[in-house]
Amino acid sequence: MSLAQGAPPAGSAEHVPGAGRYGSPVPRFVEDALAIADMEVHKLRHDPAEVFTRAVQPVLWLLIFGEVMERTHAIPTGNLAYIDYLAPGVLAQSALFVSIFYGIAVIWERDLGVLHKFLVSPSSRVAIVSGKAASAGVRALAQGTIVYIVAAALGVDLRLTVLALTGVILVLLLGAALFATFSLIIACLVKTRERFMGMGQVLTMPLFFASSAIYPIVIMPRWLQAFAHINPLTYQVDALRTLMLAHGRSAFGLGTDFAVLVGVLLALTAVAARIYPRVIT
Amino acid sequence: MGDRDPVIVTDGLTRRFGDLTAVDHLDLEVRRGSVFGLLGRNGAGKTTTIEMLITLLAPTEGTARVAGFDIRSEASRVRRVIGYVPQMVSADGSLTAWENLMVFSRLYHVPRAERRERIEHALSFMGLEESAHKLVREFSGGMVRKLEIIQSMLHRPEVLFLDEPTIGLDPAARQGVWEQVRDLIAAEGTTLILTTHDMEEASELCEEVVIMHLGRVVARGSPLEIARSAGEKATLDDAFIAFTGDTGEVEGGLRHVARTRRTASRLG
Repeated sequence: MSLAQGAPPAGSAEHVPGAGRYGSPVPRFVEDALAIADMEVHKLRHDPAEVFTRAVQPVLWLLIFGEVMERTHAIPTGNLAYIDYLAPGVLAQSALFVSIFYGIAVIWERDLGVLHKFLVSPSSRVAIVSGKAASAGVRALAQGTIVYIVAAALGVDLRLTVLALTGVILVLLLGAALFATFSLIIACLVKTRERFMGMGQVLTMPLFFASSAIYPIVIMPRWLQAFAHINPLTYQVDALRTLMLAHGRSAFGLGTDFAVLVGVLLALTAVAARIYPRVIT
Repeated sequence: MGDRDPVIVTDGLTRRFGDLTAVDHLDLEVRRGSVFGLLGRNGAGKTTTIEMLITLLAPTEGTARVAGFDIRSEASRVRRVIGYVPQMVSADGSLTAWENLMVFSRLYHVPRAERRERIEHALSFMGLEESAHKLVREFSGGMVRKLEIIQSMLHRPEVLFLDEPTIGLDPAARQGVWEQVRDLIAAEGTTLILTTHDMEEASELCEEVVIMHLGRVVARGSPLEIARSAGEKATLDDAFIAFTGDTGEVEGGLRHVARTRRTASRLG
C-alpha cells in the first residue's frame, strides 16, 4: 500500500513550487501564507470563547475609561464626542494587544516543534512570516467585530458604508500584521517566553500611550510628540478614526496613513524573514 | 540512480556553538532506501546533525548532499525532498487530525486535486480514519506520533528524518509505531534516518547505525556487527556503553532535559 498512489515524487516538475519555470511566484507565496492563516480560522472555530475573553479589556476601556472621560471634557477632541474619539483608538488597541503577543506564540511553537516543521517545508520564510501576520489579522478582525458592536451600543456615531467598513478591515489587517511581525522579530531576538513576557509589557505601554489612541498628540510634551509621530499606531488610529466615524477627519491624510503602514510592514517582514529561523537555535 | 546509491553524503560536516563543537568533521554515507540510525547519548550531536541535514541549522564547516542537493547552496531544493518529525510533539493539538494534515499538504505543495485522497489514504493506512475529525489534543501518544509521521510524508519525501520517534511512548505504542514505520517505508521506498538513544529501537528498525560521541562517529556498521565488536555475547547496549564510555556528563543541558520531559508527559 502506498501513501500516494500514482502521484509524482516530491521534487519532480509537478511539485516545483511557483518560484521557477512552472508558474508565477505570487500565488504560491500567497497560498502558503493563507494555509497558515487558515489554521487560525480553524482554531477560532474550535474555541470561539477565546475571542470573547480577549475582548473584555477593550470593552472595559470603552465602558469605563470612555464613559468617565466623556463627562470630564478634559481632552480636546474637536468636533467629536470623547467616546467617538476613543472608539477607533480602542479598536486599534485591541488589534495591537492581540498582535504584540504573537511572538510568544512563536516561541511556544518553537518549544513544541511546530515551528521546525514549518521551517523544513518548502514554503518560503517570507510566506511563513506573512502567514503568521495574517493569522494575527484574523484574530484582530474577530475582536474588532465585538468592539464595533459595543461602540454602536454606546452610541458612537459610526460610518456604516461598505466602503468605510472595507477600509476599516484593511487598516485592522495591516495594523495587526505590522505589530505581529514586529513581535516576531522581538521573539527571534529574546528567544525565551519569560524574557518575552517582560518585553511585551514594555512595548505595548509606550506604543499605546504615545499615540493618538486616547488623546490627541498636540497635548503631549514635545519629545513625546516626536515619538508619537514615528509610532505606526498613530497612523493606524488616524486611518481608523477617518474611516470608522461618521464625522471622522484625518490628521495626516489617508494616503500617508496607508503609506506608513504598508511601508513599515514591508520593512519588518523583510527583517523577520531573515531572522526567523534563528529562533530555533 | 540505483537503489543502493548514497542518498546522503556528508563531507567534514561540523557545527560549533561558541567553544563547543557539537558535530566534529562528520563523514557519513547513507544508502538509498535504507534505514539508518544515529545513536548516541544526549548531547552527542545527533539532533544537531539532523538539523544541519534538514537545513534548519547552517554548518560551521563542511557540507552535505541530500538526494543530490547541497544543504548550503540548494537548501530550498533539499526541503522539497525531505520529511521531518521532530522529537517534540509537533502536531497542533488545537486542530483536528484532518486539519493538521491539510495544512501540511498545502505547505508541502501537494497538488490541490490530490490532497483529499492522499489524506484519506494516509489516515486509513495508520488506522486513524475514525479519529480524523477529533482534536489532536484528545489523541493518545502513539496516535499523535503516527499522525506526525504521515503528516511529514504526504508529499512523498525521498528521505524521512525521525528524531527520537518513540521517546515517551509506552511499550505497546512503541511497537505500534515501529510496525507502521516499517510498513510505510517499505511501501514508499523512502530512506529513513532516525536518531535514538534506545538500543532496542535501533536493533528493531535499523539496517545500519553509527554511534556518535562528543560530535564524532565512534562506531559504524549493522546493529549486530557493532554489538559483536564489543564481545562475542555482547548486546548493542553493551557496545553502546563501551563506545560512549563513562566520560562524565554530556547531557544537553536544562533546555534539552525540559524538552524531553515535556515530550514524554505530552505523549505518555
